[in-house]
Amino acid sequence: MHAIELPSYKEQSPKVAERFARLKQREVIMEAEGISRIFSSEKEEITALSDVSFKAYRREFLSVIGPSGCGKSTLIRILSGLDQATSGQVLLDGKPVAEPGPERGMVFQGYTLFPWLSVKKNVMFGLEVAGLSRATAESEAMQWIDMVGLADFASHYPAQLSGGMKQRVAIARALANQPRVLLMDEPFGALDAQTRAKMQSYLMQIWRNVDITIIFITHDLDEAVYLSDRILVLDAHPGRVREMVEVPVEQPRSPAQHLNPEFLATKNHIEELIHPPSEEEENLPMIRMTTVQDEIF
Amino acid sequence: MSWFVIQKDLPPRKRAVLILLSFVLPIVLWSLVSYVPVVWHPMMEVTDPGDSPYLEQGQLIKRDIFDQENKRLLENGDAPIAGFRANPVYLPAPHEVLVAVYTAFKTPPRRPSEPWLHQSLAHSIRVVFYGFFLSSVIGVPLGIFCGVFSFFSKLFEPFFEFFRYMPAPVFGALAVAILGINDGPKIAIIFIGTFFQQVLVIANTTRQMDPSLLEAAQTLGAKGPTLLRKVVLPAVAPTVFLDMRILLGWAWTYLIVAEVIGTSTGITWFITQQAKYLVYENVYAAILLIGVIGLGTDMLLAWLGRNLFVWSGGKRGPFFQFLHELVTGPWDEPFTFVQKRRERNACN
Repeated sequence: MHAIELPSYKEQSPKVAERFARLKQREVIMEAEGISRIFSSEKEEITALSDVSFKAYRREFLSVIGPSGCGKSTLIRILSGLDQATSGQVLLDGKPVAEPGPERGMVFQGYTLFPWLSVKKNVMFGLEVAGLSRATAESEAMQWIDMVGLADFASHYPAQLSGGMKQRVAIARALANQPRVLLMDEPFGALDAQTRAKMQSYLMQIWRNVDITIIFITHDLDEAVYLSDRILVLDAHPGRVREMVEVPVEQPRSPAQHLNPEFLATKNHIEELIHPPSEEEENLPMIRMTTVQDEIF
Repeated sequence: MSWFVIQKDLPPRKRAVLILLSFVLPIVLWSLVSYVPVVWHPMMEVTDPGDSPYLEQGQLIKRDIFDQENKRLLENGDAPIAGFRANPVYLPAPHEVLVAVYTAFKTPPRRPSEPWLHQSLAHSIRVVFYGFFLSSVIGVPLGIFCGVFSFFSKLFEPFFEFFRYMPAPVFGALAVAILGINDGPKIAIIFIGTFFQQVLVIANTTRQMDPSLLEAAQTLGAKGPTLLRKVVLPAVAPTVFLDMRILLGWAWTYLIVAEVIGTSTGITWFITQQAKYLVYENVYAAILLIGVIGLGTDMLLAWLGRNLFVWSGGKRGPFFQFLHELVTGPWDEPFTFVQKRRERNACN
């Protein structure tokens, strides 16, 4: 087979290099310092994460990717405060965090909308908990619902919405609290390919229009490269930082860039990091179910 | 399409026919036994005692005795007894019971100190209500707490699990000794019968709640009591409501035991009394009434549930829509039913 010549993923155009230089000048919003997480039961101890450290800069889009079992979901649960690290700490604006809070918005794969509340009430939830008056909460919530394009569905219940719409409500609900960072745990994992592509461009738009730092967990390579400034690649068993990859694709992104040499090179590189080419192909037994007249192969 | 399809709903008309049949079939069976003389009818009702010295008109005797007596009378050259085949006194015909449902309310009690049927019924409903209400006031919050906090679960549930195996009626004598012979012990029996099950069932329902909703609420800033009030309660409300409907049915079954404890009262007293007087159509009428009240309450609660928990697949009826709009607004628009009437008028 003929291999396509790809540039190294490390080659950055001056524009991209300048962007990364600027990005790293910005303040650090969230920082993980040597996070380890050991799940211990009576029988055994499983190290899910081992000494994971990274920094997320203001307005950065940072993805976390890795093979299954690399502890990426555990990592985001620790970042959000839903789970505690065995050692190491999470800093938000330089201060350690211990429990969940509205300044770290979270979007789950399973939508987790409150089924008894209408779309509007769902988005108002955090605002009302924060003590805003009903009227203020309502008008603020409507702005966010407007931004995700669901103004016509404000009085619908979650059960009446499609998967993509539900996830848009979940994003609006998290953003309404004006968090410092938006944590997303495989948010588009349950969506079909078309809705997924649509949601990706929605998210890009939101990210460009709102001052928000996003930490995004995914197992989809294309998605990670397409959306991110940088990608944190994790190893499995135990979950360790393999590499922090700077995506050399120019911003703003568009679907056409999926075929750019830089895009493919980055994707290729991460693919090799995650699934190293195995030495020999496993040979599975062949079973003939009908008498084949002509040979297929 | 066939009538027998595995795990699929039948079309509406077939469903309606079957629902109707489920009530009609038992009635047809009952009518068959009651109105067709060749089916069963083990007795003879005497219309004319003839020359028999010990029979009277209207008396019910067994068929073989009737035949023997007639044989004896005919051998002696006396006038034979006349009569027709009848059912025993404890199986009245459907129309007699139907009439009794009405007349039982109109018949004054045999002694002036005794209650009328409607008073007996009201008394029964009162006892069930108090027992169930007291149980729920403590049981529902405790059940939810047990479902949410391991602390309460471990502190209460093991003992309740043990206690619920002791049938409530065995506490009858004790309840009378402590609470006297009036309504106290009856309410206590219903309470004991309902409460322990209630806590365990509702705790379990609460535990089934989707924990990711709690996590989502936490990342939105909710904590402690707010989580309980704004997430746990609304999330479990529809299932707890369903549990309550089932538990209310259990409370009704305990009623019949409870009412014979201490002084016999209520609908059970009425039934035993009427059985003593051999007015079996009244017995059937009273049993039927209990069924009607039970089914009626359950249907009422089901309707209430559909209207209260619209989000879990129900639908708000016009009346509840009006109440809802009355409480929540929108304030600057007319009520939906007003709008609808205007639309209808505009069409006409």
